[in-house]
Formats: sequence, structure tokens, C-alpha cells
Amino acid sequence: MKWVLSLTAVLAVTVIGLAVWFFWPVLNPPAVATTTPTTTAAMIERGAYLARVGNCIGCHTAEDGPDYAGGRRVPTPFGTVFTSNLTPDAETGLGNWTAADFYRAMHHGQAKDGTFLLPAFPFTNYTRVTREDSDAIYVFLQSLAPVKRVTPEPEMAFPYNTLLARLGWQRLFFRPATFEPVPERTDAWNRGRYLVEGLGHCSACHTIRGPLGEEREDYEYAGGRIAGMEWDALPLNVSERMDEVDKAELKQLLHAGTSRDNVTSGPMAEVVFNSTQYLTDADLDAMIAYISSLPIKPEPEPRASTKVEGQRRADLIKQGSAVYQAHCETCHGSDGEGRAYAYPALAGNPLVTAPSANNAIRMVLYGGFAPSTGANPQPYGMPPFSHQLDDEDVAAVISYIRNAWGNRASAVAPIEISDY
Amino acid sequence: MTIPTSSPTPGYRIALAVLALAIGLGITTRTLAADEPASEAGMGERLQACSGCHGERGRSDPEHAYFPAIAGKPAGYLFEQLINFKKGRRHHDIMQSMFAVLSDQYLQDIAEYYAGQTPRHSAAVSHPAAETRGAETLVFQGAPDRDIPACAACHGKALTGALPTIPGLLGLRSEYLAAQLGAWREGTRRAAAPDCMHTIAQRLRSDEIDRVSKWLASQPYPTGAKPLPQLPDPLPIPCGASR
Repeated sequence: MKWVLSLTAVLAVTVIGLAVWFFWPVLNPPAVATTTPTTTAAMIERGAYLARVGNCIGCHTAEDGPDYAGGRRVPTPFGTVFTSNLTPDAETGLGNWTAADFYRAMHHGQAKDGTFLLPAFPFTNYTRVTREDSDAIYVFLQSLAPVKRVTPEPEMAFPYNTLLARLGWQRLFFRPATFEPVPERTDAWNRGRYLVEGLGHCSACHTIRGPLGEEREDYEYAGGRIAGMEWDALPLNVSERMDEVDKAELKQLLHAGTSRDNVTSGPMAEVVFNSTQYLTDADLDAMIAYISSLPIKPEPEPRASTKVEGQRRADLIKQGSAVYQAHCETCHGSDGEGRAYAYPALAGNPLVTAPSANNAIRMVLYGGFAPSTGANPQPYGMPPFSHQLDDEDVAAVISYIRNAWGNRASAVAPIEISDY
Repeated sequence: MTIPTSSPTPGYRIALAVLALAIGLGITTRTLAADEPASEAGMGERLQACSGCHGERGRSDPEHAYFPAIAGKPAGYLFEQLINFKKGRRHHDIMQSMFAVLSDQYLQDIAEYYAGQTPRHSAAVSHPAAETRGAETLVFQGAPDRDIPACAACHGKALTGALPTIPGLLGLRSEYLAAQLGAWREGTRRAAAPDCMHTIAQRLRSDEIDRVSKWLASQPYPTGAKPLPQLPDPLPIPCGASR
């Protein structure tokens, strides 16, 4: 009898303990200082700059909607969420939010009413943003013209649509954190880390995610398929391969969208268009100082694809060489050297030789422009070939460029192209 | 010193705890807060992404290509279409993703570049009369009993369009024309309100769309034909796109 009682007691204590742990953010809601920032022109300007660094506009603007009024669909593996209205409309936006409410969202991942935010909003990064910077962004957003635009409800299935799931996710994968500079490192490196890990939220795309959408630390910044998108992110931690020339290229890419040998495309072109082109020289240098110090991690395995080997591979590459001569060589050159600042080099191009051919396939099928930027207002564009080449020719030409001029990567089977 | 703090109200906290404790029940949550100026030759090189489908200098040949020729169309019209694609009012995944990262100024430059090109001359194509019966009447007189204005009333007597925003209707494939009228009718192609072409297309019968498209595609596109500098008469119905 006695052991039954003890067992019950132990179980009860464990259950209560777990419940207290689990519901801790509910039982003990975060306290946020209610200081009110002063609105000055300088503060608004600073906030506008920081909002650019964070690329708030990129997600919080619908394709046919006003800037910052939200409503953009964000597809995730768990359903579609819609970004919120950041304009100061009292009913549908942040009109009733205080600077403290805004910081609670950025730092603690909770809305004004205490709702746990979904991690599609990158509070796991923004948590490191200082209160001062958060206030500046708040002041800037409050200076916008209010727009009445209701944010649609998320379209998520059970159990992801439950409060419990949101709380559970935060308990498992999130703890509010502050930015702590590393004293041995330079100021620039520390600034770069603050921007890359905080507002810049680079890891949101450049780190693959686990089964519940959490960032995989073991693959931090190692690139791979972006959750909810059809694009792969390139790895950022390539420090061993980054010399001064590469750093200058990367800076040029972030600033102008196009560098001597490379262009940004897909989602990164949008990031340059909306965000990085506006960054100061010093901040770009800082980000690159940090990025070029990132430890090497293994690149995630690409999705399984049909292997092409032996004679079939040789034939495909040979066929690809003919396709290349007919359609690609005029711009990209007979040695894949491209033309500086216009047509990217394909020899040694990390997008071309990435473990997954996905980005290269997308570029050949759908084409695309580099982004218009202040430094390069009229960028060049690549034509789509989806209606000019059949699957066989597309696979052949991609297999060819992945293996010509010193490039070395897997060949692509024509059946892979039919998935696009 | 105590720093004044704010936190969610206790009432909300309790309600939240109760809700959250209902383990196993699906409770749908509320909203989540959850470098150089280009020369004309330069433009041609920059816009290879366009010429792949719309032809060199926008002069695609309707005999071979579905994609519309854009050379010589009014810059205002072209710019509006680029914006419509960017904003999802016209649907074409490739067009939309291309323009997502282009500034409005560049889209304007692109529109002006193509507006400045000379359209390709095309000869008349003959269609069996039965396939275009009644089309000419619709094109030049409309159907007043059903409030359908004549195409020519807005697109000009020569059907070559009018500045700044009304496109010409010649030199295009019938499939393309029919697809546009169909998309307007169904609302998958939209223009700024009031969307006059949506209104008109809804009044057209499917067989009329088919005949008018075929008739228009069969007309010659005279060399040197240009959009009118302006329409001689006011528009028969209000049109947001023409503002």
C-alpha cells in the first residue's frame, strides 16, 4: 500500500514538474520594460535602416498590397501562414502596440496579447536584437501611414493550428537570448555576427531545418533546400575557400546583386533587392568578416535523385555540349567564362556545381533577372528555356555545365526535369 | 529601483493556461502576429530574358510563336502589363518571378525600349469565312443591343491602338487573343478598376471570342503602323487602365 502511495506521489510531482516547465512562459510571462522611445527624425531614419537590414518589407508586403501591410503567403511544410500588418492601423496593424509590445514579439516571440508567435516569424534570430534597435524599428513602423488590411488566418492543419503546438515549439526550440560580444574578436566581426545572427536572420534560409521546422545546428549555415521554397540556399561557411577576391565578390553581390562573375537569383535576389543593397559599406564588411569566419560544417545531402553513370552519363554530357553550343555559348562563353558584370561565369560557379542541381535546373527552365539595385539599376536577365528545350536536352546541358571546365558534380537524369 | 513592466493581463493568462491545458483538443488559434545608362544596343543585351519568347527587339513572329509581339506597343500599355504581372493581376509564373526583383523604373525603361521598336510587318492570312462570320461587324460596330462597344472605338479604326495605354490588336496569334479575352472574362487577367475589358469580355459569347480572335489574327499588319497619338472620341466605357 505504501509503495502505491509513494509511486503516486512521485508521478504527481513529475507530472506537475513537467507541466510547470512546459507552461512556464504562461505562468511567468516575460516582463518587458515599458520605457517609451522618443520619436525623432534621426530615430525614424535609423529604424528604417534597421528594417532594411531585417528585410521586414520582404515578407510583410503582399504582391498586390501596400508596403509593410502584410498578407503575403508564406508556405511552410506545416501549412500556409500570412504575414501580419506592421503599419500603425489600430484595428488591423500595430496601432495599439507599444514599444514594449514590439520588443516582446522580437525578443520573446509573443504578440501583444501573449499569443505565442509562429516561428515563420524569425524571433529565434530577432531575439538577439537590442532593445534600442527594436525601439528604432518600432518608431519607424509607427511613422508609416496606417493601412487597414486584415491579416488572414493561418491555414494550418491539426495539430499545428493549436496554441499548444506553438507553446510546445517554443519550449523545445527557443529561449530568449541577448547578443554577447566576443571580446577577443574585432568590433567589425562582432557587429557582423550581430547582424548575421540577429536582424539579418541569414540562418532562416541558409540552415536546413529538422522535422519540426527547427534549425539544425549540425548543419548551421551549410545551405540546402529552403523550407517551404523550391530553391536551395548556398552554404555560407566556405571560409577555407574564401580569399580576399571572394570577399570582394560577395560584397559586390550583396551590394549590387551582380558581381564580376556571379549574380544573385531566386530568393536571394529578393533579399538583395529589398535589403542588402541598402546596407552601409561598414555593415557589409562586418557581415563578411563574420561569414568568412564561420566554421565548416558538412553540406546536407541533397534529396535523393536518379543516378546517371557510365556510358549513359558520358552520352548525356556529350549531348549537353551540343546544346550548350547552340543555346548558351554566345553569352556564357566557350570556356564557361561568362562576361564580367553581365553574364555569370559557369566555370567554378557554386550554384552550378552545388550538390543539388535544383537551382541550376530552375535557372535553365525559368530564367530570371538579377535584381535592380542602386549600383546596377538595369540588370541583365537569363531567358527561360522551358518551352525551347525538352527534358532530355535540359538534363544534358546541366550535366554538361556541371562537368565542364574543371567543374565536377553529379549528372542529372532527364526524369528529374519532369518534376518541374 | 524597480523598472515598470508590462505583461499580458492576468485574465488572459488564466484563459490561456486553461486553453493550453486542454491537451489533445485541437484549438485553432487566432491570428499570428505573427551603372550606366543603357544605350539601346545595351538594352537588347540586357533583355535576352525577354527576346527568348517575344523575339529580338520584341518582334516575335505570330506565324511561329504564341507569345505576343511587343515591339511598337504603347509604352504606357507595356508598363502597365509589367506591373500587372509583378502584382499578380496577370498570371504567368515566369513573368511574375522575373519582375519581382526589378524596380519600377527599370520596368518603365523596358517598356519604353520595346515601344520604340518597329513592329514586324505581317501579311493577311485567310480564314474560312464561316470561322469569322460576324466578327467584322463586332470589331467595327460592336453590338449596341448588348452594350458591347466596337473594338475600333478604343483600339482605333486601324486597330493599331492609341497612346498612352491602348494596345494594337494586329500581328498577334488568334490563340493568344482568344486566351486574353477568355482570361478577362474569367477574371484571371485583370487591370486597374474599372476593368473595362473584363466587363466587355463577360458580354461576349465564346463563339464570338473565337471569331473575333481569328478575324483579327487574319488581318495584315501594315509596315510602319503606329498607335494613334490620341483617340478622336472619348472612350465608350470607363477604363481604369487608360488613366
